Amino acid sequence: MGMVTAVTSFGRSGLYDWLIQRVSAVIMAAYVIFLTGFILSTPEMTYQLWSDLFSGTAMRVFSFLTLVSLAAHAWIGMWSVLTDYITGRLMGPKAMPIRLFLQVSMGLGAVIYVIWGVAILWGVN
Amino acid sequence: MNNKRPVNLDIATIDLPITALVSILHRVSGVVLFGAVAVLLWMLDASLTSEQSFVDLKECLQSPVAKAVLWLILAGLGYHTVAGIRHLIMDMGVGETLESGRLGAKFVFGFSFVLIALAGVWVW
Ligand code: HEM
Repeated sequence: MGMVTAVTSFGRSGLYDWLIQRVSAVIMAAYVIFLTGFILSTPEMTYQLWSDLFSGTAMRVFSFLTLVSLAAHAWIGMWSVLTDYITGRLMGPKAMPIRLFLQVSMGLGAVIYVIWGVAILWGVN
Repeated sequence: MNNKRPVNLDIATIDLPITALVSILHRVSGVVLFGAVAVLLWMLDASLTSEQSFVDLKECLQSPVAKAVLWLILAGLGYHTVAGIRHLIMDMGVGETLESGRLGAKFVFGFSFVLIALAGVWVW
């Protein structure tokens, strides 16, 4: 196992990654279902109703959890995809630097999503 | 390694069973969603900044292009979520035989098709 786990995977091992991927999926699915329910059960959405929802503490926590889940889930998911396709077998020796670059960009993107999301959520009053 | 072993990497000659199709689309939708989150956060920001920006966003979403983009994102999210939930159910050991796997795959397509159609109705 040691050979592949150390470098880029998110949790400490493939098993952790697997678990994080599942837990984050459940949290995001709950969020998606909840928001869909809220939107569909509100006949005429107004700014008041919408911002009231997001300014509540519980909703902030739920949204934040979803953001963090998203970052972890996307990181692990994109890691699987990149390590499947950007490989030495398919692309030769250039694969390693390309994959590293894509992975760093993607990780940065995920971090930016979380920071941006926090700025939005805590900016609502 | 024996480099005379047979390989088949001609994608056009590989016949995808329905279960493989569910899987590859789950992957594609996941990658697309990662980009789509930028659009979703942008919309969340616009919807929450002020009453004015909320109204502006509603206005902006009247355009056919914006509607199409929103619908595509919802379609990707709907599909990825439905296929993802099937994945979780299979992780628990349910529906792992060939027959039930195929049935589950058909269910994913059927259910997400309905959801995506409904999302289209909602957007337009
Ligand atoms: C917008 C948010 C999401 C993004 C950006 C995203 C992205 C991804 C990506 C890139 C993968 C890797 C695909 C692969 O390895 O083939 C993945 C896998 C997965 N996603 Fe998502 N996903 C999101 C939301 C969800 C939701 C709401 C669920 C709900 C059930 C979910 C369930 C899963 C599962 C179970 C896997 C694992 C598949 C596997 O191990 O092969 N995802 N996701």
